[in-house]
Amino acid sequence: MTVALSAKEIATRLEEQFSGSIIESSQDSLVVKSESLLEVATFLKTTPGLDFDYLTSITAIDYYDYFEVVYQLTSIKHNHSLVVKTRCYGRDNPTVPSVVSLWRGADFQEREIYDLMGISFDGHPNLKRIFLWEGFQGHPLRKDYL
Amino acid sequence: MEVGRAGLYVYSDTELDRAEGKAIESLKAHCQQAIPDPDKWLEEELRRNVLLTSVDFMLNWARRSSLWPVNFGLACCAFEMIATAASRFDISRFGMEIFRASPRQADLMIVSGTLTWKMAPQLRRIYDQMAEPKWVLAMGACAISGGTFAQSYSVVPGVNRIVPVDVYVPGCPPRPEALLYGIRMIHNKISKKSLIVEG
Repeated sequence: MTVALSAKEIATRLEEQFSGSIIESSQDSLVVKSESLLEVATFLKTTPGLDFDYLTSITAIDYYDYFEVVYQLTSIKHNHSLVVKTRCYGRDNPTVPSVVSLWRGADFQEREIYDLMGISFDGHPNLKRIFLWEGFQGHPLRKDYL
Repeated sequence: MEVGRAGLYVYSDTELDRAEGKAIESLKAHCQQAIPDPDKWLEEELRRNVLLTSVDFMLNWARRSSLWPVNFGLACCAFEMIATAASRFDISRFGMEIFRASPRQADLMIVSGTLTWKMAPQLRRIYDQMAEPKWVLAMGACAISGGTFAQSYSVVPGVNRIVPVDVYVPGCPPRPEALLYGIRMIHNKISKKSLIVEG
């Protein structure tokens, strides 16, 4: 059974490494500043003992004031997991750095979030709609979409 | 001839041989002519097979007896369609066991499931590629009206917006029996077709 690591403990380690990168943390998840997301993700993937070599899923939530992007990470090597979140603000062009360079599996999922939630992923190799067609107006999973 | 201990007659070998020879001679004497073959049924077969009917009936019978559906599944309804084709419900009873992967060889399109706007051009293209005469069966609530997703931004509210539909089979999803009933309805519809164009 996959062990869910304590996000609080990992947040403490991350805070030592990249000070000011963590917004908040609990037992279940930690919230990273979107500017530090890529370096935190690289650290989580490459540090021996953590080795988060597999991105299970990415999803996004609309909280009206901001969007939250949720990354579920797994280490196949150590069979443990972690939930990392990040936030982006503004409804016109919310942007989060892309993690495709770290996990190739992020490609389609980031496109799906771009398509349905309207969040741009900075550094994505092919950011275009995936489910809906070119020219579709709006992003249907946003709370204000009707 | 001797009388045996239990009072039964016991024949000697010579006597048995003589009896056998007599029987053969008698059969031979009776079988000098060949028995005529029972060929009366031949005339009867001819009488039963020459039928008088109309061209319309003949054509419609041929068409409805081998409807070939195009291999086209959209959503969960497709599994009921597959079950209909498999041994338990056995669509081949109606001469349609071959689901064609090419629309060029098919004359029935079973729209089995939710049609999204993104898939709609492909559905229309497959329909256009099918040779005439062709029929469309809308299977399930989604194909009929969009079903649960009728108000959705991505779902076509009824495939009759894209292609003309001959028979609607309601259900979510319809049971294989319902689909078979719908197909029988298409058979009935084909039976009423005529070569003579009115008007």
